[in-house]
Amino acid sequence: MTTSTGTAPAIEFRDVVKRFGDNVVLDGLNFSVPQGQRITLIGPSGSGKTTILRLLMTLEELSGGLILIDGDPYTHEYKGDKWVAVPEKRRRVVRKRVGMVFQQFNLFPNMSVLENIIESPVHVLGKAKDEAIADAERLLDKVGMPEKRDFQTNQLSGGQQQRVAIARALAMDPEILLLDEVTSALDPEIVADVLDVLREIADTTDITMLLVTHEMQFAREVSDRVLMFDKGQIVEEADPETMFTNPRHDRTKAFLKAVLG
Amino acid sequence: MNDSGIWSWETAWDVLPDLLNGLQITVLATVVGMVIASILGLVIALAMRARSRWITMPLRFVSDFIRMTPLLVQLVFVNLLFVQVPSLAIGCIVLGIHYATYMSEVYRAGIESVPKGQWEAATALNMAPGRTWRAVILPQAIRNTLPGLGNYAISMFKETPFLFAISVVEMFSEAQSYGANTFSYIEPLTMVGLLFLIVSYPTSLLVRRMEIRLA
Repeated sequence: MTTSTGTAPAIEFRDVVKRFGDNVVLDGLNFSVPQGQRITLIGPSGSGKTTILRLLMTLEELSGGLILIDGDPYTHEYKGDKWVAVPEKRRRVVRKRVGMVFQQFNLFPNMSVLENIIESPVHVLGKAKDEAIADAERLLDKVGMPEKRDFQTNQLSGGQQQRVAIARALAMDPEILLLDEVTSALDPEIVADVLDVLREIADTTDITMLLVTHEMQFAREVSDRVLMFDKGQIVEEADPETMFTNPRHDRTKAFLKAVLG
Repeated sequence: MNDSGIWSWETAWDVLPDLLNGLQITVLATVVGMVIASILGLVIALAMRARSRWITMPLRFVSDFIRMTPLLVQLVFVNLLFVQVPSLAIGCIVLGIHYATYMSEVYRAGIESVPKGQWEAATALNMAPGRTWRAVILPQAIRNTLPGLGNYAISMFKETPFLFAISVVEMFSEAQSYGANTFSYIEPLTMVGLLFLIVSYPTSLLVRRMEIRLA
């Protein structure tokens, strides 16, 4: 077992296989993300991008291979040559470093905005409640909605809910933030608000970010690297400038033509 | 008696205090029965989610058995088994257990109605399973079960006359004994029906409003 050294990649996929029944979504995928990098995954739907994020959040179980976080075994490991699941207790320790924002926000509707944000800092991280509240207020400020602290989530627009969801994820102080099509469910005129918030987080923190998005302009601004997926494989990998202006692979060209018009 | 025809207001007035006494027992049995049914029903619903078939199979068998046999038979049988326990207590417990098997289905549906995204958000926030249930899933699930709970409360209320069979002095039994002493059955039984209606109907309106509000 390797331990966290700081030089290990934040995320490493080793020969990752994911099948849903007979449908092979990922077939021996290898890639790694250095600490603090912002990676955008692009590609047609069904190419496995969202599955990668869901595997990283342990919302799906691997069918084979390993995922390492900071070099630490996360979902599975080899004991001798036996491939075994990492026990939930150890997963929880590693999972604390990973946060996720969902397409459908997934705020808890039975809690207020503030309660949504402080729930896990208090009950998982063991923060004192007034400290958690102070942090939550600071985060609500950061996402531009300090006045909504005591609102119920159903009183908020989609864009506001998503900004609360971002604050909720940040309240756990993650090293890695997964953003799964976070603007896809939003009306076009409020997408910009959410992207502004994410841009600021990208500029002011060193959180490793993995994003799946259709906002190519945004991807171009914030990413260090773009991975083009097709059928569970990385078909092309480049810095955003190269990827969007001078793609080499035919699949990438066709895809970018389709989404950028 | 009854010389003025089939209905005597005097008799109706005369039996009312007895019936109101009985109504108290009826309501008491329903409330206690419902408390038992709501708690035990939730316990059953949660236990049915266990992975081990050693838990779910016997539990399924027992709840099917309770649901497939008449409440009246269960009351009389259990009353015979525990002769030293007061009948009213037997009545409440049997009503509670009987309805718990139905309530567990309401809870099951309520739990399943919580969107998958809620579980996923809880995982993403690294919440412990117990905390996820208490803070996220159950508050939402139980909210969805409130109308079902109300409907079963009304239905249990209407089945309390079965307690007559184990000699609990509830409303129906008061009417019967009044009839046995005076040979006037029409007025007491009509009044019993009306009293049931007076309690059930507003409750059902309340449940309907709750359904609309939650929809």
